[in-house]
Amino acid sequence: MIPKATIRAEAERLHAAFVAAGAVPVEADILLPAETLLDLYGEDIRARAYITADPLNGEMMLRPDFTVPVVQAHMAHGADPARYAYMGEVFRRQEHLDGRAREYMQVGYEVFDRDAPAADAEVFSLFSGLLAGLGLRPATGDIGILMAAVRGLSTADRRKAALLRHVWRPQRFKALLDRFAGRAPVPAAQAALLQRLAADAPAALVAAAGPLVGLRSAEDIAARAEALLQDAKAPPIAAPEAALLYDLLSLEAPAGAALAHLRGIAPMLPAILPAVDAFAARLAALAARGIDVAALPFEASHGRTTLEYYDGFVFSFHGPAGLPPVASGGRYDALTAVLGAGRSIPAVGGIIRPGLVARLRGA
Amino acid sequence: MMLKLGVPSKGRLMEKTFDWFGARGVTMARTGNEREYSGAVDGIAGVELVLLSAGEIPRELSSGRIHLGVTGSDLVRDKLADWPAQVVDWAPMGFGHADLVIAVPAAWIDVDTLDDLDAAAAAFRAAHGHRLRIATKYHRLVREFLTAHGVADYALVDSQGATEGTVKNLTAEAIADITSTGETLRANHLKMLADGLIHASQATLFAARAADWSPANLAALAALAKRLGLPVPSLSPPVSG
Repeated sequence: MIPKATIRAEAERLHAAFVAAGAVPVEADILLPAETLLDLYGEDIRARAYITADPLNGEMMLRPDFTVPVVQAHMAHGADPARYAYMGEVFRRQEHLDGRAREYMQVGYEVFDRDAPAADAEVFSLFSGLLAGLGLRPATGDIGILMAAVRGLSTADRRKAALLRHVWRPQRFKALLDRFAGRAPVPAAQAALLQRLAADAPAALVAAAGPLVGLRSAEDIAARAEALLQDAKAPPIAAPEAALLYDLLSLEAPAGAALAHLRGIAPMLPAILPAVDAFAARLAALAARGIDVAALPFEASHGRTTLEYYDGFVFSFHGPAGLPPVASGGRYDALTAVLGAGRSIPAVGGIIRPGLVARLRGA
Repeated sequence: MMLKLGVPSKGRLMEKTFDWFGARGVTMARTGNEREYSGAVDGIAGVELVLLSAGEIPRELSSGRIHLGVTGSDLVRDKLADWPAQVVDWAPMGFGHADLVIAVPAAWIDVDTLDDLDAAAAAFRAAHGHRLRIATKYHRLVREFLTAHGVADYALVDSQGATEGTVKNLTAEAIADITSTGETLRANHLKMLADGLIHASQATLFAARAADWSPANLAALAALAKRLGLPVPSLSPPVSG
């Protein structure tokens, strides 16, 4: 066990480095209103965070991360651009007795700046420098390229929306893509459903199925029935286009080679061009800060976890097998729009776990 | 200390439990007057009967205050995190069958499967401004099931009873509850999803890993196992992954 004082000293060292890099120190409450986080993450967060009841304010959550309160504070009264540093405990509920930490320190750095490639490079190179000498393996990705590829598919908007909604659930995404691409047969249950829906007008079918109870209205049902019938008539995503997307999902290469590969497929999937250009600009900014992009690992699917907010550059730093990532972060432009009540600003940031850094330094 | 065996304190579950043990040569009976919750075991030395609410048996097993307990497999899975690390499911008992299922209004002609539910939830959230609510008292089981199947845009709302009525009362859009025949679902204009079976529950004899397994209690366990015709359960915690 690393003493808490040692971890705190490491946290203070990292925090001071973030402040020296130009960040303003910020604090966040430990008890947060659960509603915002539940709305953002969905029911899954209940399995991953401690929720407690305030007798008057309702459900509260022990801070599972700093990003949401820091973004909220920034959107309420932040400068533009702005850089923030923070340190403190986060709390993660665990459903297994496997030694994973229930509470641990995080030290974080968040950049709200409209020059996205430069900000991405700034955060990554700052982390890379602070963690140098620990023998960590970096991993990077870019969810923005994947999202651009989906948006660029020549298929119905509804299918694209369904795929985008599940970008952060890789298995479900793959199942949907298999179906839309005609690689998986229509499930028997769905075939039977379509046959029944085709038999009569939705309103008549709803009436025949018995009294309708609940808030979901006959119009809601008719709209989806209509969408299902239309989708059944839509042709599968063209094979060459689908092949490009499958190729992209499994793309794993050093960043320089990955860029060359993406440039190669961009003419066939022109919608990804802006995202590929942004990737190139980021690599140039990283190179300018001394990162060896020819060797930097890149995976197009990196960072597709269930914390649904990264939508661009993502990165993490890994220690020995069995240890959680020592640091992780990414770009979350859409989150600032969700929490900004109509306003938004590109944002990127990440956290380091000083407890793991102290452990690796001691080892 | 005796080996404590917790069984449901009333109703059909208690009677069936007594029958199950009786058929295997272990006689159980309530003692005292009919309102007093105490009981006795005949035919096996060193075993004490503890009468408890079926809903509390998972917690008592978890803490190790009872060595063995009879309760629904649904309750153990829902109430105990990482349940295989805490209890051994020693013997399914073949009664108390109930299925935990997801049910939606029968008039939802466009929803038969979890995929449909997920798509309907997305559209519902967009149209109504809040997540599609699923009423249940089995929070852990339902959440783990929906997460594993990639269903999003739902929220669980707690319902400790009369769950089938929540949809009509507009406090939920769908439910997850136990059913044996589906009769109550149909009476409330609900239908099960084709792939919405979360867990097929039955009364099960569990052993608590955290209980005091002294040599005397292990001897009583071995004797009981022999009488019941069961292998002696392995009580050391499984290697966690």
